[in-house]
Amino acid sequence: MITDEEVNVLAKKANDIRQSIIRMLVEAKSGHTAGPLGMADIFAAFYFHILKHDPKRPDWNERDLVVLSNGHICPVLYASMAHAGYFPLDTLMTLRKFGSILQGHPHREFLPALETSSGPLGSGLSQAVGMTLALRADKQDDRFVYCFLGDGELNEGQNWEAMMLAGKEQLGNLIAVVDRNHIQIDGFTEDVMPLESLYEKWASFNWKVFEINGHNFEEIISIVEEAKAIRSQPIVILSYNTPGKGVKEFENKPYWHGNPPNKEQGEAALKELQSRI
Amino acid sequence: MINKHLKLNSDIFSPEVNQIPIRQGFGEGLVEAGKENSQVVALVADLTESAKVDAFKKEFPERFYEIGIGEQNMASVAAGMAHMGKIPFIASYAMFSPGRNWEQIRTTICYNDVPVKIAGSHAGVSVGPDGGTHQAIEDIAITRVIPNMEVISPCDAIQARKATLAASRTKTPTYIRLAREKTPLITTDDTPFEIGKAYTYWVAKDDKPKVGIIATGALVHKALCAAQTLEEEGIAVEVLNVVTIKPLDTEAVVTLAQKTGKIVTLEEHQIAGGLGSVVCEVLSEQHPTQVMRLGVHDKFGQSGTPAELIEYYGMGEKDVVAAVKKLL
Repeated sequence: MITDEEVNVLAKKANDIRQSIIRMLVEAKSGHTAGPLGMADIFAAFYFHILKHDPKRPDWNERDLVVLSNGHICPVLYASMAHAGYFPLDTLMTLRKFGSILQGHPHREFLPALETSSGPLGSGLSQAVGMTLALRADKQDDRFVYCFLGDGELNEGQNWEAMMLAGKEQLGNLIAVVDRNHIQIDGFTEDVMPLESLYEKWASFNWKVFEINGHNFEEIISIVEEAKAIRSQPIVILSYNTPGKGVKEFENKPYWHGNPPNKEQGEAALKELQSRI
Repeated sequence: MINKHLKLNSDIFSPEVNQIPIRQGFGEGLVEAGKENSQVVALVADLTESAKVDAFKKEFPERFYEIGIGEQNMASVAAGMAHMGKIPFIASYAMFSPGRNWEQIRTTICYNDVPVKIAGSHAGVSVGPDGGTHQAIEDIAITRVIPNMEVISPCDAIQARKATLAASRTKTPTYIRLAREKTPLITTDDTPFEIGKAYTYWVAKDDKPKVGIIATGALVHKALCAAQTLEEEGIAVEVLNVVTIKPLDTEAVVTLAQKTGKIVTLEEHQIAGGLGSVVCEVLSEQHPTQVMRLGVHDKFGQSGTPAELIEYYGMGEKDVVAAVKKLL
């Protein structure tokens, strides 16, 4: 459970992360807007409440593992890591620039604190399954592997191969979180390639399925706690998120999936976010 | 004549020469690697026996993972395991791994630079009756272009055993190319092997070879047979076995070109992108030399016996002899 005070702290963190995302994207002049803003509450909850991690020791051998499968939403990952203390906040302004540790899509060679590189969709869950199998082999089942996926990404067949394997192996310390925001580059997910019923699909692969409002901290945290107690099968949390959340102009519009705000749009967005604190 | 310093099999040219599938050597090497390092694990995609992982499965059942028919998943699962300190070997047919799962190998294994070892069996047209869908003749090309990847193409089962063990000791992604068919043993337990070194298996009597033959994989045997035939006809050649395609033993290739001025390459692979291309790339920059490439010329494979197919695609002993004579 989580107190009201803790919820307020997380809400403030999420707002900080959102502001950083806007600043990064305006500076980079390219990148994705809607996904990172929509996942800011989830990432705030993980990096400031749920994860067992130590930003000063990214290779700590008791840490939980984070796999971001939909690498294009990395602004939210980078902003969360910076606010958590993995690297200085100033570094965020180097996103997508030559020589930056913050590559356009995450590359571990440039940012070793990452568990994996990602960008090409559909391969994160497989890697997370591999990490979980290795933890089991090394009798470290008390560590959790969290894999964040996009919903459009589930068009990729490899996910379903990974889901079959995780179900077969009953990987109880694997928790997938799907950003169910209903948009992808070409439009709404149910128009591009219908995904429903996602609940039934995952369940039929022998996963325990939870559904949450990804903007409600009490729900995020209590469901993850409940999920962690289930050790007999892998867990997926379908997180119903508003793409672009926090900036009215960006919300629920496929255009903002893959486009950054310009300077004026960025300033307006920051003003709106600051007014919400 | 055979290079006496390398302790090669004395029965190479005997009709009774011992023949073992190259993939069998991989299976034995995998067990040795498993015994040496408890972090070695093996993953298969429904081809345990065929890809020769059965012995490892029997010896180390807890380190064996059946992934089912999903080579893309297998590559990335292995990448995740390697990130956690494991040394995963993923074994399948070369057509499916590294064929089907190339992007997963590039992004999740090589871009992450984790030590996953990809064993691609049934490479080349010698798979025979299965036909063109199952004959991987592009695998060297698609693996060697990926940064961080090493590519090894053993000439017999003994070399495959050594290559497998050697690969288990490195921290790099590695592709090991294997063949299905029984292949004459060329080397012995005492023949030297090191990743990154090419070896001269046939030397000219007076050390004045007229043509250099550079071969890889199972066809090294055909190259040696051709060298013997040519010697009987008074034509001196040298045969270099390029076991490691990448990193290439550049010095050995350039030295042979300097010595002969004429090179024939031989591989069970497309002439585009494989050993022939590798040799041309190096020589065009360092010692421009005439090169004739023997291999598959921009065609798919088809059903047939290995012997029929090797002849049809022009990769046999008589093709090597003819190529050498043409260059003279």
